[in-house]
Amino acid sequence: MEFMSDIVSLLSATLRISTPLIFAAMAGLFAERSGVIDFGLEGKMLAAAFVAATGAYFLGSPWFGLILAIVCCVSLSLLHGFASVTHKGDQVVSCVAINILMIGLTTALAAAWFGEEGLTPTLNDDQRFFEINLPFADALRPIPILGTIYSDIISGHYIFVYIAYILVPIVYWVVFKTSFGLRLRAVGENPSAVDTAGIGVYATRYKALMINGVLVAFAGAYLSTAINANFFREMSAGRGYLALAALIFGKWHPKTALLACLLFGFTDALQIRLQGVELPIIGVIPVQFIQAIPYVLTVVLLAGFVGKAIAPRAIGQPYIKEG
Amino acid sequence: MATLVDKSKVPWWVSNLIVPLINLILALFVSGLFIFIAGENPIQAVKLIIYGSFGYIEGFAYTLYYTTNFIFTGLAFAVAFHCRLFNIGGEGQAYLGGLGVFLVAFHLGFLPLPIVWLLAIAGSALFGAAWAFIPAYLQAYRGSHVVITTIMFNFIASALMVYLLVDVIRDTNQMGPQTASVAKELWFPMFKDIAQFFGIKIRYSPLNISFFLAIIVSFLVWFLIWRTKWGYEMRAVGHNTRAAVYAGISPNRNIIIAMLISGALAGMLGVNEILGVHHRVIVNFPAGYGFTGIAVALMGRNHPIGIFLGAFLFGILYQGGSEVTFDMPNISRYMFVAVQGVIILFSGALENLFRPQIESFFVKRLNEEKVV
Repeated sequence: MEFMSDIVSLLSATLRISTPLIFAAMAGLFAERSGVIDFGLEGKMLAAAFVAATGAYFLGSPWFGLILAIVCCVSLSLLHGFASVTHKGDQVVSCVAINILMIGLTTALAAAWFGEEGLTPTLNDDQRFFEINLPFADALRPIPILGTIYSDIISGHYIFVYIAYILVPIVYWVVFKTSFGLRLRAVGENPSAVDTAGIGVYATRYKALMINGVLVAFAGAYLSTAINANFFREMSAGRGYLALAALIFGKWHPKTALLACLLFGFTDALQIRLQGVELPIIGVIPVQFIQAIPYVLTVVLLAGFVGKAIAPRAIGQPYIKEG
Repeated sequence: MATLVDKSKVPWWVSNLIVPLINLILALFVSGLFIFIAGENPIQAVKLIIYGSFGYIEGFAYTLYYTTNFIFTGLAFAVAFHCRLFNIGGEGQAYLGGLGVFLVAFHLGFLPLPIVWLLAIAGSALFGAAWAFIPAYLQAYRGSHVVITTIMFNFIASALMVYLLVDVIRDTNQMGPQTASVAKELWFPMFKDIAQFFGIKIRYSPLNISFFLAIIVSFLVWFLIWRTKWGYEMRAVGHNTRAAVYAGISPNRNIIIAMLISGALAGMLGVNEILGVHHRVIVNFPAGYGFTGIAVALMGRNHPIGIFLGAFLFGILYQGGSEVTFDMPNISRYMFVAVQGVIILFSGALENLFRPQIESFFVKRLNEEKVV
């Protein structure tokens, strides 16, 4: 039965680890569907993690931390918009600037305010989020298979996890079933046609970027006020890039992007399980190789061995109004 | 919105000197605000930076040592950027480049001196280029965005190098994961020894003859980009891929060439760090120099002269910055990473913020003078 419990904990960990990737991938989806590249997910996630942990520490509630993180990320998204939409600066450069700025500033401020290590103080029980046991989780556990799935895999996560999985169909609905979604996609594909139809290209891109900021803030806050109880240096560890890779691999579609995030989450969960384990034939794989698996997987998936990804047509190009 | 000015009427020094300078001043001003938020006096910090980097000869030599590193990584980013590629994998390429230097110097150390050095330089370039090859290939032939793949290759390089340093090439006589030292005869001559020859006493500085290598390489890059067919084709692809194809230039081939040269340049950071300073491979010796190259190149408008100035400015910030972190408890070295971010923002993404206003201001002034 140890095998079963391994599987259960692996699946549960997959849900937990995929969550920040899902938020970030959905955030990226709005920006990129509107034609604005977002490599800045990494930096924004890091900023959100720092702000959420600091806010929760000073204000006494993780919800205040989350709100501040949203304000912070929306501001950063607007900055990205200001540089790349309004001033037609290079979108990738703007993202790289935000990432490097946030790697530096978060740790620098943490060090200035909380001491040299660049950590925020550990949050107490009032200042952080807790796992939620879904209703009847204990009562239903004895039921074979379904009970285990419900009580041990689905139940017992942070609220972010549930929000993330509810978010995906909402994003699908917004992007594909509403008039805003139609405009969003049109702006990303053919901005001049949209402009001719009397819809503001800039306004649509700015709206997309604001949604982007809100969503990525959840990813960051989850890292520092839920699965961890403080902020530490570069704690996003490339998740922003993994989320973007998942989005591209998922062809800028919420459903497939979700599957890609789950795949990354599963790989990461497996990676943690495999450390130091003696495998048949191969023996113990050096821990550095195991840790590199998610990054290697990203490269392999992006290489498009499963079909080439086609980006929104106007992605990365500033829109210049004629006349 | 300011009226757009005719580009051909704007004097070169306005668009290439005045505008970048104003952007830089804005960036430094915002950085000053960060220092203020962190609870220290920005003016005091500037004084410390100037003293730390110019105030005494050791400090100045340190400034030039950092400059050397930033020239390599700045050139690396710039060459790829001329082909419109964002090689942000300089960090990993430099890491592997250091391995190349070490392997040559350690195993071929019996060869006569200048030859080992040349081979070691070639080794750094080869290993750096090799590490850039896969992202380059994937960008060219599979359309995987080079930003993501090069970042991933930084993570992979870090894992690979830790593995090698812990399990494969580790010197077991040492405590930490590091290799054995390269034979002393192969160490690059240090600036302090040369200075002593002229009667100037310097206690310690890692500055070594790699500085001259960086200058020579800068010239070669200038020659490559503006004076050769390769450079022309790379710039053509970067400027307008479709037009380049129409002119019979292969974008894929040029993407790969540009990335290989870029990786080779980043790899040469290893020459300074291994032959000049550490004399062995240690964990994470590239220490963020690869990323700083991005800010250096963007600030220097991807021209070797601009890159030299940008590298020198970052040398000042790094060396002066260590003085600041020493004296101001609230400022950590990460503050200077944030400064890089701000400089990339203002010199890169927001470079057009005030450009129209500044250009039209100067064009009007110059016209008035002519009329008078």
